[in-house]
Amino acid sequence: MSLLSVRDLSVTFNTLDGKVHAVNGVNFDLEEKQSLAIVGESGSGKSQTVFSLMGLLSSNGTSSGSVLFNGQEILNLPENELNKFRANEIGIIFQDPMTSLNPYMKVSDQLMEVLIHHKGLSKREAFNESVDMLDAVKIPDARNRIMFYPHEFSGGMRQRVMIAMSLLCRPKLLIADEPTTALDVTVQSQIMNLLSELQQEFGTAIILITHDLGVVAGACEKTLVMYGGRVMEYNHTDQLFKQPTHPYTKGLLSAIPRLDLNEEELNTIPGNPPNMLNPPSGCPFQPRCEFAEQKCSDSLPDLLVNKDDTKRACHLDSDKIISSSREAQL
Amino acid sequence: MLNFIFRRLLIAVPTLIFLVVFSFLIMHSAPGGPFDSEKPIPPAVKANIEKKYGLDQPLYKQMLNYIGGIVTEFDFGPSFRYKDRTVNELIADGFPVTLTYGFIAFVFAVSIGVSIGVYAALHQNSWLDYSTLSFAIVGQILPNFVMAPLLVLIFTNTLGWLPGGGWEGGKIQFIILPAVALGTSYLASIARITRSSMLEVLHSNFIRTAKAKGLPYKTIIFKHALKPAMLPVISYLGPAFVGMITGSVIIDTFFSTGGIGLHFVNSALNRDYSVLMGVTILLGTLTILFSTLVDILYAWIDPKIRY
Repeated sequence: MSLLSVRDLSVTFNTLDGKVHAVNGVNFDLEEKQSLAIVGESGSGKSQTVFSLMGLLSSNGTSSGSVLFNGQEILNLPENELNKFRANEIGIIFQDPMTSLNPYMKVSDQLMEVLIHHKGLSKREAFNESVDMLDAVKIPDARNRIMFYPHEFSGGMRQRVMIAMSLLCRPKLLIADEPTTALDVTVQSQIMNLLSELQQEFGTAIILITHDLGVVAGACEKTLVMYGGRVMEYNHTDQLFKQPTHPYTKGLLSAIPRLDLNEEELNTIPGNPPNMLNPPSGCPFQPRCEFAEQKCSDSLPDLLVNKDDTKRACHLDSDKIISSSREAQL
Repeated sequence: MLNFIFRRLLIAVPTLIFLVVFSFLIMHSAPGGPFDSEKPIPPAVKANIEKKYGLDQPLYKQMLNYIGGIVTEFDFGPSFRYKDRTVNELIADGFPVTLTYGFIAFVFAVSIGVSIGVYAALHQNSWLDYSTLSFAIVGQILPNFVMAPLLVLIFTNTLGWLPGGGWEGGKIQFIILPAVALGTSYLASIARITRSSMLEVLHSNFIRTAKAKGLPYKTIIFKHALKPAMLPVISYLGPAFVGMITGSVIIDTFFSTGGIGLHFVNSALNRDYSVLMGVTILLGTLTILFSTLVDILYAWIDPKIRY
């Protein structure tokens, strides 16, 4: 049994302009201690996917489908049922450490309340445990600095506090929603290293959401590529980097700037992500796809599962895309 | 923190001096005087009266005398209009009355206003939200002079529950109607400010974090959201409190409560120089005092502004 099993997950927002289908029938599984990256451009639905399974959608959002956590359905559970999973079984780290901590409470109170509520620890026990966790995320002088307010920490340190907070109850799954986007590059790599170390240490499964493929490369075993609220491709990370079989993945990879080539301009995927109020017909990527054919706008490609459990949603032959990459490299 | 309070009170001194000098000059530079009337009085008589009150002296001397009297004897001078009454007596008579019904109006406005605002925010876009909001808007646009007769019509004339005026040494049944009439528009403003501020806080990232921590709803609202949501309310409460405890001319006139609200308008119309100065200084001092208090409360809530 998988730790997490997501089936036909869809998220819809009711807006004044109409219904926005942010996530459309997403499927994936995650085993214990495994790491999965979900990548895609802004607006591809990756954050809303994980928000919906934590019950954190904004009030105009509804989700449907099924999310099994350790075999138990957690999608659309009532709040008080869901609260037993939040932080306790599933921890989450948000994108912006500057605003994700409560600026009006001491870090100690924000950490301790998690343990007091979920584990029923006394204040003293919760305090000591919190200090230990801050030590684990390498905050120097944790015993004193735990008494500080969030604004007295730098951005990178605040993200460490967030990570410590999400790991306090030793959850089986940690969701990191673009944990390094708001941080500068050197701090980014520190945070990513910390996350992989902690994953080893605590044996936590991780879902890492990012639009930066460079971050994914060393960090996750599997990668799920999303576009227009749909899964485009799912593969082992190294396989995906070596041999992208989906035009969108290929486009994302070629957009990573390379130091070994003397490029004048950065590669981009032409066009903009689709407007989800009014998605294009057929494959959502079709208007921007360099390989697009007539059938691509006629019908939506199914997400096909291959023998080796890799997945791909494209009308075109994977060989065609792979061979075109070779040509480009030659 | 003590250092901050001390500094704030120190700044209050030059502010008050400026207030006194400026309003003294403005008051005297306006044409007319306390003893001008439609029926001209003989110049000799007028000169005598003006001499008695020291109005014949040059302006700077008048001002120095006035300030000197306040500093040395806490004497705000005699009233120019109410013969043989001093400003001190007028304020000592009227201020406790307005302080009483003003304070009760304040408690009424804050407790109900904040509760309504929080309640509406937590049930955003429900019919309860809309009805409390429309109640708040009605309360805000209904002026005192409509509110007061309306209350008397309902609670005195129709139901006969409460007296429609008088003070009787501040018996509770005499306080209720003035306090409600005075407090309703403040209540409505507080409810609206609380609602919008609470909504903003509820949509902030750290509340999402609190939800993700699996905390119970009540903890999220009372421990995480309420304090920051109160910040804009508190900055409104300083001036609102001063406004309420100094009363209002309409309440004092309509309910014959005998507070100092009446003096604010009458002293200006009558050119009762000393009373006008007295109530101005009272209002100024209270305003400075309570804005300092607001700053202290702010610093207590928001750790980013510890001085």
